[in-house]
Amino acid sequence: MRRPPRALVLLAALAASFFAVPLAALAWRAPWASLPEVLTTEVVGSALRISLVSSLAASALSAFLGLPLAWVLARVPFPGRSVLRALVTLPLVLPPVVGGVALLLALGRLGLVGRALESFFGVTLFGTLPGVIVAETFVAMPFLVLTVEGALKGLDPRYEDAAATLGASRGLVFWKITLPLAAPSVAAGAVLAWARALGEFGATITFAGNLPGETQTMPIAVYTALLRDVDAAIVLSLVLVAVSLLVLVTLRERWTPQA
Amino acid sequence: MSLEARVRARAGSLALDADVRAAAGETVVLVGPNGAGKTTLLRVLAGLLPLSEGRVTLDGEVLEDPAARRRLPPERRSIGFVFQDYVLFPHLSVLDNVAFGLRARGCSKDQARAEAQEWLERMGIASYASERPRVLSGGQAQKVALARALATRPRLLFLDEPLAALDAGARAEVRRELKASLGRFDGVRLVVTHDPVEAMALADRVLVLEDGKVAQEGTPSELSAHPRSSYIAEFVGLNLWRGRGLGDRVRLDSGGEMLVSHAPMGEVYAALHPRAVSLYRRPAEGSPRNVWSGRIAGLEGEGGRVRVRVEGSIPVVAEVTPAAVAELSLIEGEEIWVSIKATEVSVYPA
Amino acid sequence: MAPARRSLGRDAAALLGLAVALSACGGEGGGGGGQSEASRATVFAASSLTQAFEAMAEELEEDSPGTSIRFNFGSSSDLATQLEQGARADVYASADEANMIRVMDADLVEGEPSVFVKNKLEIIVTAGNPEGIRSLEDLENSELVLSLCNEECPAGKYAAEALDKAGVNVEPDSLETEVKAVVTRLQVGEADAGIVYASDVASAEGEVEGVPIPAADNVIATYPIAQLTDAESAAGEFVDFALSKRGRAILEEHGFLVP
Repeated sequence: MRRPPRALVLLAALAASFFAVPLAALAWRAPWASLPEVLTTEVVGSALRISLVSSLAASALSAFLGLPLAWVLARVPFPGRSVLRALVTLPLVLPPVVGGVALLLALGRLGLVGRALESFFGVTLFGTLPGVIVAETFVAMPFLVLTVEGALKGLDPRYEDAAATLGASRGLVFWKITLPLAAPSVAAGAVLAWARALGEFGATITFAGNLPGETQTMPIAVYTALLRDVDAAIVLSLVLVAVSLLVLVTLRERWTPQA
Repeated sequence: MSLEARVRARAGSLALDADVRAAAGETVVLVGPNGAGKTTLLRVLAGLLPLSEGRVTLDGEVLEDPAARRRLPPERRSIGFVFQDYVLFPHLSVLDNVAFGLRARGCSKDQARAEAQEWLERMGIASYASERPRVLSGGQAQKVALARALATRPRLLFLDEPLAALDAGARAEVRRELKASLGRFDGVRLVVTHDPVEAMALADRVLVLEDGKVAQEGTPSELSAHPRSSYIAEFVGLNLWRGRGLGDRVRLDSGGEMLVSHAPMGEVYAALHPRAVSLYRRPAEGSPRNVWSGRIAGLEGEGGRVRVRVEGSIPVVAEVTPAAVAELSLIEGEEIWVSIKATEVSVYPA
Repeated sequence: MAPARRSLGRDAAALLGLAVALSACGGEGGGGGGQSEASRATVFAASSLTQAFEAMAEELEEDSPGTSIRFNFGSSSDLATQLEQGARADVYASADEANMIRVMDADLVEGEPSVFVKNKLEIIVTAGNPEGIRSLEDLENSELVLSLCNEECPAGKYAAEALDKAGVNVEPDSLETEVKAVVTRLQVGEADAGIVYASDVASAEGEVEGVPIPAADNVIATYPIAQLTDAESAAGEFVDFALSKRGRAILEEHGFLVP
């Protein structure tokens, strides 16, 4: 194995420090002495609870709605399919806060659909956990849809042909063949969606607001704490980093999505 | 019981236009070059691709008729399909693979598994019942695929390149077993293959597809004796020329004349086995009427036989022993004299 | 493919368990030991009231077990926006009358608001006043890193008024979304000076000190408080406490001006 060129090594070291130094700075500046005290405050507890509950719910909702959508995009040719696919991909490219504004205009109290929601069902989403879940699902579902669509497209259609020739109805083919074979990609997509939902900030704070104990997720709590109490912000950031590291270590390479 | 199909269908750039007839207990083998439409034809008959025109009937029951707006989906046709590469369900055990068709048609889990177990025992692979398909060898996978297809007792059995996924060593053995299994199946059997040996070994009748159309149909011996296209000729291993018959000779389309014992007037094929071609270093004086010189274009060894391709006024393939190659020092590019007996050439109307 | 699926199940279960465990951590302040008349009020209050209101809530909860107060502190204008958007709260305390009027116009106020406390502005500098700032005029020095509240929040409006009165033109280097953020900038050393409320300087810990603004240039901030429609019973208790003698004493301790 030849020695790599020096310039390459230097640049790689620079890139590595780009990631390592900020994380090290977090750990270095952390108020380790007051850590236990800050960790047990209500702010941290409720932010953590809201973040975990909403991100898991957003991931589940993404799977529930995203799988049928992915299946249609992968298997059903219809006019305008590429437009639909572009729409679904949009939240990936859109700045999250723009997504939040759009959601507000659609589902907010005075919004296109939100108006009806309020008058007929008395439902408002702003300031509520469901609102957080809606915002997070909006940004996270595209990850799942694209992952699953890719997997379904890569699935040998002959499995479904074989099942049909053996006498399986279309429904049976889907439940017994397509779904089980696509399951790993659905799981991978759900994990991606969950990770995205956990880190979501712009759409959530715009659409669901920043209400401690109701919609203040961990990222929003960090942002708010930074305005008033830098130590608390550092502690919250460390908690988020720890949770993320835990997830990454648990999953290891199994979850780099296979296209 | 018989299958009758008039098929006109499109698949991508391929336009299929073929009539197929197959009776129960008869193995019909579809052959043809790549892209000829063999697999497509099978898929159309199975209902996996639609007809644009035509009709498919099995025992008088119409399976598909676009004109009458009638189309039975594949799950309602009684088909056993063994796909190329077998396509066993990777997430199910071997037993559950074989039981799938029975379960899909309403059998209880226990009943389906019991019957599947019987099939595996019949095929001699019962010990793999609880394994996943990926641990199977090619030959074993083929058996499972066959068992899976047969378990639902279909009236039609389709096999797409059943031996292609096997290495040469396993092929002969598996082919023997496959022939026996096919013999035991009393429905209609359609096999697709590109391998001449396989086709000749399994077929009662051969259908040659070229470019979506039937180029020739007949028993293996008919095809071997009277091929009607260069593909078929190569398939059965013969030299084939086209020309005009003139009684005692054939004027070849490619140029030159060949003396033969009898040539009907009109368009004809002239066929000759490479074994009947003789090669000489110097023009020989003897009884063979057709003698010409050419250049050696290539040599291909096949067991104890070498096929020598000769270009020249009349292109021809000769089959000689390795000893002959050595003796005559046959080398690519060298000049060589070819001689053919007029009586050896088989001429028949095109 | 199958083994990946099996261990996916294990991993997913592990992560789920982790999520549940984490969400249980952190104090769930106030929820647990409810007596028969447990009442919980949500108070939206200007961020300058943070320390004073938290102290008040502590005393109130001691006096009245079963009563608990939950806070959402922020810039008065942000809070008014959230209330307009449909956020649910029981009490609103603003740093100026204009924002209270907004909330009244949205038909969210029960009865009439009462002015319960006042505040005045002060220049905030790093402890020891290294830049030697004596007056508003000194802020014109372009070498100073100056942090002000943006014009949306009352503190920003008041500061602009004061600077106007003093005939001073400044170019702030940073505009914050709420007044406590200006304090934080000073505390972490990212700014040299700012304009905040006197109460903010009094409540700030360490690292900062205040430079008074002469009465001629200073601006008095009036803080109204109001109970909102459909409020919990604890809301009335809190408002009464804020207007009571004890409440005023606490506010005075924290640097406010009591009328």
